[in-house]
Amino acid sequence: MKKTHIFGIVIIAIAVMIIIITAGDASTYVTFREAIKMAEDGNNKKIHVVGQLKKDKEGNVQGLQVTEDKLSVSFLMIDNENMEQKIYFNEPMPPDLHRSEQVVVIGSFKEDIFVADKILLKCPSKYQEEEIKI
Amino acid sequence: MVHTLAGNIGHLFVIISFISAIVAAFSYFKAEQLQNADWKHTARFSFYIHILSVFGVVAILYHIIYHNYFEYHYVWSHSSRYLPFYYKLSAFWEGQEGSFLLWIFWHVILGLVIIRTFKKWESPVMFVFSLVQAFLVSMILGVVIINLKIGSSPFLLTRDVIDAPVFDINPDFIPENGSGLNPLLQNYWMVIHPPTLFLGFAATIVPFSFAISGLWSKKITEWIKPAAPWALFAAATLGLGILMGAYWAYETLNFGGYWNWDPVENAIFVPWLVLIGGIHTMLIYKRNGAAVKTSFILIIATFLLVVYSTFLTRSGILGDSSVHSFTDLGLSGQLLLYLLVFVVLSIYLLIRNWGIIPSTEKEINTYNKEFWIFIGATLLSLSAFQVILPTSIPVINSILNNIGIETSMAPPADQVMFYTRFQIWFGIGIALLTGIGQFFWWKKLEKGKVYQEFALPIVISLVLSTLIMALSGLRDLPFLLLLSAGIFAIVSNIRTLLKLYSKNVKLSGGAVSHIGVALMLIGILYSSGLSKVISLNRSGMTYSSDLPEEVNKENILLFQDQPVEMDNYQLTYNGRRIKLDGHGGYYKKDQFNLLNNTYYLTAKEDILKGDLITVSKGDTVKYNPENTYYEVSYTSENGSSFLLYPRLQENPDMGNVVSPSIKRSALRDIYTHVTVVANEEKEWSETVEEEVKLGENFFVNDYVSTVEKFKRIDEVDGIPLEEGDIAVKAQIKIQGKTQDYFLEPIYLIRDNFAARIPDENEALGIKLTVLQIIPDKDALVLGINTSQKDYIILKAIEKPFINLLWTGTLILMIGFTIATVRRVKEIK
Repeated sequence: MKKTHIFGIVIIAIAVMIIIITAGDASTYVTFREAIKMAEDGNNKKIHVVGQLKKDKEGNVQGLQVTEDKLSVSFLMIDNENMEQKIYFNEPMPPDLHRSEQVVVIGSFKEDIFVADKILLKCPSKYQEEEIKI
Repeated sequence: MVHTLAGNIGHLFVIISFISAIVAAFSYFKAEQLQNADWKHTARFSFYIHILSVFGVVAILYHIIYHNYFEYHYVWSHSSRYLPFYYKLSAFWEGQEGSFLLWIFWHVILGLVIIRTFKKWESPVMFVFSLVQAFLVSMILGVVIINLKIGSSPFLLTRDVIDAPVFDINPDFIPENGSGLNPLLQNYWMVIHPPTLFLGFAATIVPFSFAISGLWSKKITEWIKPAAPWALFAAATLGLGILMGAYWAYETLNFGGYWNWDPVENAIFVPWLVLIGGIHTMLIYKRNGAAVKTSFILIIATFLLVVYSTFLTRSGILGDSSVHSFTDLGLSGQLLLYLLVFVVLSIYLLIRNWGIIPSTEKEINTYNKEFWIFIGATLLSLSAFQVILPTSIPVINSILNNIGIETSMAPPADQVMFYTRFQIWFGIGIALLTGIGQFFWWKKLEKGKVYQEFALPIVISLVLSTLIMALSGLRDLPFLLLLSAGIFAIVSNIRTLLKLYSKNVKLSGGAVSHIGVALMLIGILYSSGLSKVISLNRSGMTYSSDLPEEVNKENILLFQDQPVEMDNYQLTYNGRRIKLDGHGGYYKKDQFNLLNNTYYLTAKEDILKGDLITVSKGDTVKYNPENTYYEVSYTSENGSSFLLYPRLQENPDMGNVVSPSIKRSALRDIYTHVTVVANEEKEWSETVEEEVKLGENFFVNDYVSTVEKFKRIDEVDGIPLEEGDIAVKAQIKIQGKTQDYFLEPIYLIRDNFAARIPDENEALGIKLTVLQIIPDKDALVLGINTSQKDYIILKAIEKPFINLLWTGTLILMIGFTIATVRRVKEIK
């Protein structure tokens, strides 16, 4: 076998390794039900869950609690299967949280609380202003 | 009046530029195929028309932005009346259409240079140019053919885009003001970063066109010589553009650094890596005629990756996974077509000519200088592959979903961790190879002598890195390796540089660039790998009562005037500040009254800077109401202190935007941003009554306060009193940590009725009202309302040796320039 071929094989091997590791490390979008099952199976991988804040009929956010030192927040989120879950976020409350239309939490379960490392918010008309002010 | 003429002319120019690009492409094709001079003349004439009409489009778009023609949707949605002219330039390229136009504009300039200087290559190269131009212009064409929308024109009228009732009543209605430029983009970097980046983007077409021409006209190796300086130029401008973006992010965005591995950042970084790989294989060809196939692949891949990144960022496919992709204009089909055409065309040409591309079947020899460079190019490509693969997860999901496979793959949860874990090893490899590669490049080495030659740099680097490790407490293995490899690269390249310096400085481009890269790697290692959150709170707190696990909080809460210990500093939040137009420095927000027109303020009192009155009482000054700065003083243990002004922009359309304030010093930066600020609207407590004697201390909201005096006054707020009125003003001193505050509530008697004018200090959360005066006791009955004091929540990060990154960047750019100049001279 020529050295060129060995070189080629090594490169392909590295590329395949990258693909496998990437696929293994990629996070997934799941529901809370699936996430709980993952946690029970001992899988601590960080996951994405999409949902909304829990609101009453008048649209007031329910179950939102900011700690006394204002440095962290917990809230109730309803995922797309209508399952309710308490979320804990170890950062100050994002100012737009209560007016968000959609929330994506990224994190994992610690006991029966979902600890979010990152929260992505989709707020109404954040980057697209389509109203004329007169 | 709606200025329809400008838009119509602009749109006409767009159409002319589109048609002329197609005509030019067709004629250049014929000219090359038939080797016919007439076709060439026609082609060149069409391209000149194309150039002129592109200039026309640019001029008209700037014209309507500059003159605030808000009847145009592009102007209305990206600009506003209050923007200074340089931000109107940013508004020009903020949107998709304008940034396409910027790209088109650079292509036109580059095309002109090619026509003027490369007569021999003109037809095939300009064919590719014109074809690309036709595709790009089609993106802003704004023509609808039987329900098929081709491109989005920047000259659409607001009334045609937005469905608002006002246009039914009055079609000639013109919005009074635009909705403005995204506050994040109101930064001088946004004026220069996009043009640089797009020049880099545009420049990648030149080596690509030469490569395609080489395949087409069977000049299989000749294309490399003229393409080389262009590849260097493209790498330099694209690299500079990327780093400007990084610097802008560092200064303006609050994600804590200069690089976030966001899909949009990755999409530009990947073609740059591949281009650098391509430059190296082109150098191998110049030395010994090898690596032509690899050069073809890498140079073509660079351009295709540029198109792919355009597709990623502009088709809306990234969706939520990126913070800064463009608004989706529904043009993804067109972009996909554009991408596929060039991929298919390139692959077809490559396959058809694969057999005639020379490949040297030389045995790989580790003592062969080209071998090391080839490994370097391979490593760069693998590194690019590792970045683009996860970045493409939304694309992979979308393809799989389209063929009926359900997937729920999400981008990595912690992007920075995820990419760093791989890329640090590529960094180590690249640093080592730059050291070794340069060594072999300039020296003919025999087997036995290699160890001798390498001994010195290795010893020097090992000593230096051991020393640094001991001093800086670096323990992590990959970090140690990267540091040692980086130092080895610097030492080895400096040695090469010294040798070249005595021979021929013009050849030193490679050594200089590699020193720059090594410095950047070390700078990144320290500033990112060893960045430290210094606002960390380790006081054994738990998540919550439900989850008794200890957790560190990365933010601290600062109430106004209450010093807090943080790291080696004492921090005090001093209050809200604003900047005034035409006045330097920061001003206290509570020294001004807001007016109805939100852009103006009046001073409540004379404002002093030193001994000078800069703003007199009652003066009206202009300011930007979106920006509030939060003054924080840092005092270190040895007593030295400095002030930082992290900023919060409140924009009704974009929400709150936070920008850091950075204390720079030679060895490290302290990067501070607010995370949350208190609401300015206060909720006051119930009134508490307290009888206070003149001169007696009492407490309000934890502040020691005294009624200093009360006296009769003849006017209230500049309005003289009526006859029979009695007005008394009390002066109450409140002792703050850094200064005293005074409140002056007024008690007024008119027609036997008492009126009370309270005075308040929002920041301190104190409102005082004189409820009653008891003259015989020298006392007042005060009504006291309190609220929460003003506060901010802040995060501070220390970034050591970040200046190495910026210094390295500059050195890299110098290296690129030296190399480009050298390769340009070679053509002649």
